[in-house]
Amino acid sequence: MSGPAEPKKYKNPVLNWIEFRLPIISYFEREYGDYPMPKNCNYFWSFGALATIILVVMIVSGIFLAMNYTPHTDMAFASVERIMRDVNYGWLLRYIHSNGAAFFFIVIYIHILRGMYYGSYKYPRELNWILGVFIYLLMMATSFLGYTLPWGQMSYWGATVITNLFSAIPIIGEGLKTWLLGDYTVGNATLNRFFALHYVLPFVIFGVVALHVAAVHVHGSNNPAGIDIKSKGDTVTFFPYMLFKDALAVCAFGVLISAVIFFGPNLMAEVDNYIPADPLVTPAHIVPNWYLAPFYAILRAVPDKLGGVLLMFGAIAILFFLPWLDRSKVRSCNYRPMYKWFMMLFFVNFFILGYVGLKPAEGLYLLIARLGLIYYFGFFLIITPFINWIEKPKTLPASISDIYLGMNK
Amino acid sequence: MAEVKNNKRRSFLQLSTISLGAIGTAGFIWPFLKSMNPAEDTLALGSTEVNIADIEEGQGITVKWRGKPVFIRKRTQKEISEAKAVKLEDLKDPAIDDDRVKKDEWLVLVGICTHLGCVPLGQKITDMKGEYNGWYCPCHGSHYDSSGRIRKGPAPTNLAVPPYSFINDTTIKIG
Amino acid sequence: MKIFILFSLLFFYTSNLFAAESSTKSLPQHEWSFEGITGTFDRGALQRGYQVYSEVCSGCHSMKLLYYRDLIDIGFSEDQVKAIASEFTVIDGPNDEGEMFERDARPADRFVSPYLNDNEARANNNGAYPPDLSVITKAKKDGANYIYNLLLGYKDPPADMEVGEGMYYNIYMEGNQIAMPQPIYDESVDYADGTNNSAEQIAEDLVVFLTWAAEPELEVRKNLGIKVILFFIVLGFIIFLAKNRLWREVH
Repeated sequence: MSGPAEPKKYKNPVLNWIEFRLPIISYFEREYGDYPMPKNCNYFWSFGALATIILVVMIVSGIFLAMNYTPHTDMAFASVERIMRDVNYGWLLRYIHSNGAAFFFIVIYIHILRGMYYGSYKYPRELNWILGVFIYLLMMATSFLGYTLPWGQMSYWGATVITNLFSAIPIIGEGLKTWLLGDYTVGNATLNRFFALHYVLPFVIFGVVALHVAAVHVHGSNNPAGIDIKSKGDTVTFFPYMLFKDALAVCAFGVLISAVIFFGPNLMAEVDNYIPADPLVTPAHIVPNWYLAPFYAILRAVPDKLGGVLLMFGAIAILFFLPWLDRSKVRSCNYRPMYKWFMMLFFVNFFILGYVGLKPAEGLYLLIARLGLIYYFGFFLIITPFINWIEKPKTLPASISDIYLGMNK
Repeated sequence: MAEVKNNKRRSFLQLSTISLGAIGTAGFIWPFLKSMNPAEDTLALGSTEVNIADIEEGQGITVKWRGKPVFIRKRTQKEISEAKAVKLEDLKDPAIDDDRVKKDEWLVLVGICTHLGCVPLGQKITDMKGEYNGWYCPCHGSHYDSSGRIRKGPAPTNLAVPPYSFINDTTIKIG
Repeated sequence: MKIFILFSLLFFYTSNLFAAESSTKSLPQHEWSFEGITGTFDRGALQRGYQVYSEVCSGCHSMKLLYYRDLIDIGFSEDQVKAIASEFTVIDGPNDEGEMFERDARPADRFVSPYLNDNEARANNNGAYPPDLSVITKAKKDGANYIYNLLLGYKDPPADMEVGEGMYYNIYMEGNQIAMPQPIYDESVDYADGTNNSAEQIAEDLVVFLTWAAEPELEVRKNLGIKVILFFIVLGFIIFLAKNRLWREVH
């Protein structure tokens, strides 16, 4: 460190007083006021802000739900129903939280796909991408833990199936599973620790999100053209330009999520979770939450237990290496005529995997899942590293402002 | 000229956005705060019925009503006359004894000191009853008389009288 | 790119919903007053539905999540609810002597279950547990239509089918065999308000009551939902104007 810089002066004496002791005012001014955003960013760049807002809403609604929830196998189900019936606006809190989780994943998926399509993971934003994958992993863990808490049939059997994955690990598997559960089966000890972890993990996510945002602000946001900012004319300030754009996105999102919360709050829920957990009866179809279904499809596509588990975790782990698998210097798929289509096919493939993940693992569904699995890994391990041998990227514009010059002519 | 008008319209739009946004945020926070109020099942547990047939003169019992201790005391003739003799000027929170009881010998009080919520002593025969022969709060030294009125100490008001009614001579219903 | 992603999302989303529906045997859809964005419950149907539950179902099926006081919501007065509750006996205690005692139920008590515990319920029903009905319409796919059709789905079994001992044939039950005997017939309940008591009407009233029991917040929820969505649309429109004005000079 080069010693404290000359503190900024403010007219307001209170701000001045704070700034002199902790330069937090100028920090926010720099990072969220004057912060330059490429002016060609489209609405896909609003999904980061959207995700942050949902995270806060999830944490807040979760805290208020926790005030009324009882993490005990005998009382959990009834306490959730008490929230729905007797607690003032309890039904609203719970439906915000349960549907908010699903929408959180929708938003995050769009955010990830945007990052992939426009090459936001490439130099110099690799660490940013890695932090993002960590957030995604933490989100999956948190949502799984949270799904256990209402202690319905799906809660119980979902927890049973997922924790049994660990028993696939040779030698230590069984012991590890018992250690995770704190019991021989999913029981009261499990419910208690899942509740404790479900409460604390979102704050960890929040911390990683702070790093994720700080990291992107170092080199600035990527943009649809995938080229660097050349001058001030290429950018707009975050306030008010991006703020208003993001606010519009939030309103559009608000309409969508409200439609589900108020008019179809159980559309994305599994009906079996309104039956209290019964360790003696397994429901006919156990399915994961739809947002985890693509990985569930991969798990079941492999006939070997350990192999399935490894490939499933591999499918997530491989995301960490994407910045190094992709050798192309061009970021945005808009300028990569071939990779663009493989990328789109990857998205479609991911949706299809999710679809078959919710279906019984047999016949045609199993075949589709296996083909999907092959493309998933083929995309990362073959297409992405080697496509630039044959692909010729389009010419990139000289600067962001040049894009608009071309348009006006 | 057009530029000025333009700016005015812009700031008007931004101002209405911000104010509507603020209303929306407040509306969003409201249900969360509301959820911390007692839930309906808590509110529904309103009343408790108590059998008072076995209480002897000069003794009292403590029952639970809405999670709070309620003192039910059968007062002696001496206590009743003491309570009635007090002049209103001597009271910190003036109230006459007749307004605090339904039947002279039965005194029903919420047993929570109006200072900071401790439970005053005086229910057991061996307890300290304070300087006014009623209740004495050990936390900060408030003295209550035989009508449950504050006489000395930091408490600002008399011990509260809960809503209650006599179902018959031996049963009262609190709440 | 934009259109493509939106399209795929839409596809994924809707296919998911269709997936949920297609796995039930296509149920005939009944028209319900509580459906739609302004749906409400009919108080008359709710009260008749409670009558059906108490006369027909409550002999075997519990509704443990409901309280008698909840009946005030469906239009009973406080005194009526007190009277209804007092017909039931609950075990309370221990009293001052340390003993459990029986007393009349109060509005603040939960619906009294027909059996002391699940094991007794099984023992009395040939091992088949009569499920709790508190949230039954949420616990089945397309719950309201499922229950309605199930109640009216008792038919004579086809000649080539052997119906098990103590089982009944029902075209809407999974596997077509159900342990519950047909509960509802024409005129099996007498309505005080003179409503036609055909089996269809009785089943409909019961399902309305069960839907209310599972989602007592439904009316408030839909009402608030309209306001919230309108708010977002108005706010969004103003932001849209402000944002356009702001960005006009950028491009």
